[in-house]
Amino acid sequence: MVPFEFAYYRPQSIAEAVAMFIELEQKGKRPLYYGGGTEIITLSRLGLVSTAAVIDMKAIPECRVLDADSDPLVLGAALSLTELVEANPFPLLTKAAKEVADRTARNQITLGGNLCGQIFYRETALALLVAEADIVIAGPNGVRQSRINDLFHQHLQLSRGEFVVQIKVRRFAVELPHFHHKRRKQGEIGYPLVTIAALKKDETIHAAFSGVCPFPFRSAKVEAHLNDRRRPATERIQAAVNAFPRPILHDIEGSADYRLFVAAQLLEDALRELGETI
Amino acid sequence: MAVGKSIIRKEAWDKVTGRAKYTNDFKEQGMLHAKLVTSPYAHARIISIETHEALAAPGVRAVLTGKGLPLTGEDMRDRPPIAADKVRYYGEVVAVVVADTLVQAEQAARLIRIVYEPLPAVGSPREALKEGAPLLHEELDRYERNKTTYPEPGTNIAHRTKIRKGDIKQGFAESDVIIETSVSFAPSDHVAMETRCATAEIWPDGSIHISASSQSPFMIKRLIHTYFGEEAGKIVVHTPLVGGAYGGKAPVQLELLAYLATKAVGGRKVSVWNNRECDMVTSPVHIGLEATVKIGATKDGVFKAMEIVFLFDGGAYSDKAIDVSRAAAVDCTGPYHVEHVWCDSLCVYTNRPYATPFRSFGHCEQSFAVERAIDELAKVLQLDPWDVRRKNAIRPGHTTPTQVRLTKSNVGDMPACLDRLRELMRWDEWQRIELDAYTVRAKGISGGWKTSTIDTDSSSGVILTFNSDGSVNVISGVVEIGTGTKTVLAQIVAERLKMNVDDVHVKMDIDTQTTPEHWKTVASRGTFMAGRAALAAANDAIRQLKEIAACVLRVTPDDLEVGFGRVFLRDDPAIFIPVKDIAYGYKFPNGNAIGGQVIGRGHYILRRLTPLDPETGAGKPGPEWGVCAEGVEVEFNRRDYTYRIVKAYAVIDAGKVLNPKAALGQAMGAMSMGLSFASREGFLFDEAQRVLNPQLRTYRPIHFGEHPTYIVEFIETPQIDAPYGARGIGEHGLLGMPAALANALSLAAGVPLNELPLVPELIWRKQKGDSYGSL
Amino acid sequence: MEETTKCELVLHINGEQRTVITRQAETLLFVLRDELGLTGTKPGCLNGDCGACTVLVNGTPIKSCMMLAIETVGKEITTIEGLRDTPIQHAFVRHFAFQCGYCTPGFIMNIHALIEQHPNADQSTIQEWLQSNICRCTSYQEIEAAVKEALQAKKTDIQPSHNRISRV
Repeated sequence: MVPFEFAYYRPQSIAEAVAMFIELEQKGKRPLYYGGGTEIITLSRLGLVSTAAVIDMKAIPECRVLDADSDPLVLGAALSLTELVEANPFPLLTKAAKEVADRTARNQITLGGNLCGQIFYRETALALLVAEADIVIAGPNGVRQSRINDLFHQHLQLSRGEFVVQIKVRRFAVELPHFHHKRRKQGEIGYPLVTIAALKKDETIHAAFSGVCPFPFRSAKVEAHLNDRRRPATERIQAAVNAFPRPILHDIEGSADYRLFVAAQLLEDALRELGETI
Repeated sequence: MAVGKSIIRKEAWDKVTGRAKYTNDFKEQGMLHAKLVTSPYAHARIISIETHEALAAPGVRAVLTGKGLPLTGEDMRDRPPIAADKVRYYGEVVAVVVADTLVQAEQAARLIRIVYEPLPAVGSPREALKEGAPLLHEELDRYERNKTTYPEPGTNIAHRTKIRKGDIKQGFAESDVIIETSVSFAPSDHVAMETRCATAEIWPDGSIHISASSQSPFMIKRLIHTYFGEEAGKIVVHTPLVGGAYGGKAPVQLELLAYLATKAVGGRKVSVWNNRECDMVTSPVHIGLEATVKIGATKDGVFKAMEIVFLFDGGAYSDKAIDVSRAAAVDCTGPYHVEHVWCDSLCVYTNRPYATPFRSFGHCEQSFAVERAIDELAKVLQLDPWDVRRKNAIRPGHTTPTQVRLTKSNVGDMPACLDRLRELMRWDEWQRIELDAYTVRAKGISGGWKTSTIDTDSSSGVILTFNSDGSVNVISGVVEIGTGTKTVLAQIVAERLKMNVDDVHVKMDIDTQTTPEHWKTVASRGTFMAGRAALAAANDAIRQLKEIAACVLRVTPDDLEVGFGRVFLRDDPAIFIPVKDIAYGYKFPNGNAIGGQVIGRGHYILRRLTPLDPETGAGKPGPEWGVCAEGVEVEFNRRDYTYRIVKAYAVIDAGKVLNPKAALGQAMGAMSMGLSFASREGFLFDEAQRVLNPQLRTYRPIHFGEHPTYIVEFIETPQIDAPYGARGIGEHGLLGMPAALANALSLAAGVPLNELPLVPELIWRKQKGDSYGSL
Repeated sequence: MEETTKCELVLHINGEQRTVITRQAETLLFVLRDELGLTGTKPGCLNGDCGACTVLVNGTPIKSCMMLAIETVGKEITTIEGLRDTPIQHAFVRHFAFQCGYCTPGFIMNIHALIEQHPNADQSTIQEWLQSNICRCTSYQEIEAAVKEALQAKKTDIQPSHNRISRV
């Protein structure tokens, strides 16, 4: 239940969406781009979001593209996580998507929505960060494309009025050996204690994390330690964990020291699965 | 005929087609909607409440605050329906906004300005009992209370139950070994899928019509009379199907708000419907506990003495928590014979959501404490934990902690339950086994017993009306909360009238004006009490049928039998008259008529129950003790501390299984709830005692796929005075689950696990030797 | 662009066309229940966490508390009232797969879609789908048995008996 009023718009093109945004913004409506809508509705009922207009992205053809045969493969931001999982164009992303919320919720949650969410886990970003995917963004200044790693610092750095149109993943990245694991406080549904997505490219491990900090991250320092093959694996892992950004999450899902314990174990699993000597 | 068969519940097809209606499904044009404004503080003085802006908002019809309202509470009247001078828990109602639509009510609620002066909050029973702890209720000595409630003014103790049996000093003196174990867990929630809802309206004739998602429609009627002086006869409470209750819908709360709200808007119908967050913290919760158990035993493991202290976290208001703390005391030892028992069970005020019955009514709490201690004792004595339980198992001839002598009828067969559990679990093959470097499997067990500590004059009534086709309608005050009791009542009636159960119809809804009273649908007493009433009503109907048939057939009623749709001559069944021909009386060929509609009536009142002696606890709290033995098998990973519950077992003495599949469902569902509670549920509080997880996203009950394989069997030791011998079985499945899980995991991890919920982080910390608490 | 936040929607529900005037910000759940009287769809948490309000939108299970009604214009909505004599309803009754019945419509809608989309669903698919719903009365074992029987019924294309006998 949304305890306030808003107007709903469903543009049919990128240009129309941007134009609507600009107009609504000028009218003081503080519009929000609307993907699956689950987070907007959730946060609205808790009084954490308010807007006078939502702009639904799901009728924009570019946002609905799923091209698994091209290089790079193209994933529309308005694809639902279930659509991504079922088509499985990028197995590491599939694994990440499959652990978000629950199946029925994933029928609604979109890739763009998960990436840009206020709820800070944004777990699909992990797969894209390690794969160094490109991200297509539209906004009042037109359409641009960037490496996600350049734009994602704790969250996607979008300007007001910008939205994610597509994600492009280069084919070679799709086929790299990878690792994904999500550990929760208990059971198989819920927010993560720690989620790790990793892949190995040219003998270098890329690793990204959610749940460890109040934002997802991929860190050069952490990876430098992980890839420092002069040292034994346990030392590499410990150094990587020590290099995690701060603060470490300490909340109802788990304490900070327990998260670090879990993260270290999952890193060990990751290294083993990616063929490192443990 | 009908008893002992898996009759499909009468409302089954309504429930799989969306036809089944619950309180909030009765929509009406013009009905107003209420929004509860709740406290963001766990303990604070209310300095001011500014409602003008809210009152001026679109659609708003009234804003209620707590000034001038009577105090409420079933055992002790300590709770204002809306907080007045201070708030005592996070989520407590401070105002109610009534508007044309729910959205308008929500919008207006955000316009209410409340100034609080925060007070130090009390976070656990031990904290609340500390010298100098802030007092929640300064006027504890002035509250109205019943004769069996003993508050201790000047402290945070709402009630103390004392059990003194034998001589505890002597018991310990005779012991070779004494162990002491402490356990604890925070309050948690029932999480019925249907959140609580109540509507109320006042008709022009002054009659008050309430609809409520409740286990206690008759209590609502009584309490509105008591609290507000309304004439009992003018209060009509309607309860349709209830979407899960588990004890949480026994207390009366939203109904009072709905009543106050409708009064504030000139009698218009108002709906008060909890959102999930309010349902979890504003409405009453599952009680928390801190307990210490000291067991003295011989070196062979024979219990000589038990000294038990239960500190129940009753939360901010005592309400039914007093009763829960008493129930745990009454059965404090568990299903074991102990000569010397000393128990103090305290219902303690804290600045937490207030507590109310949770399926098993203090008994899964009691058993978690005592059964963990028994395992620790077995470990110290290097005895098999099953052997220790078997050796001490309660039997007829023994006495309970409240000194009731047990008979073959009033207690189930505990040794038989334990013996069967041992076979089912293949207990003797292994109790702990290492599958590989990290994977350990382990088994844990628990005994359990329970009597129902309910009002000594609780009663139940049933009316049977006949239809012209000879079929029967059963009208009972038992609420259909999911237990299938009304279908079981139909089975009992069909059995007694020797008729097809398909021809026994059941009125599902309760309407206190037309439904005979059933005290409350709690305590697994539906089948027993309403079943006895149904049998009495059936006997009454049989008498009437025989009387009419005797005239028609020109015989004496004594020579007649009723069954198979007929009233027939016992020694010559060929001479009969169909029931349908006399169900509405009989019309002779010449037009003369006798009889009239057959209406059977029956009632049952509990007998020979007594309150407990305030000093010793001696007294008869309930009619019988049902027993069970339960077990859990876990697979634990020693590296990452995660685990999987592989199997869960229960052997329950059901007395007589009236409906096998329904009984299995009751047992398994209760087990699932117990495992969910023990493995993952519990409120998390911050230092100011605010609840941090009042949502199903962060408070996550067990989901599909996380469930183990359930193995359930029933023993049948009849309770002689119960319908066909049946004992209550709705709660026993839950009783032993927390303890059995904790025992299995303690064995697997090699460290005592005495706190709940048993999440991997807890086990990790315990193994590291850290303390573990909420953030 | 229109300023008003109320709108008229033409929805296709259970094979019927229904017109409602509602808030643009209104969720499908409230429109179904309050505007259209389809109270078989149950509110459980309004937060997408419990699955009680699950309906089908173009055959896909959706938590109706998390979708705006206006989003469903032009789509086929199926609620529990739109299912009659399906294998899963029969299997639920036979296996005592519910008690209080409140979560039941949500479960049945989800399972119905599962059976339609994955008639050969294996254990992990069943688990993945059914994790979306919470049942507080049963142990889930009963629901699991019902799902498997209904899948079997679908596979072998044997329609279960429509005779609603009460004995098993």
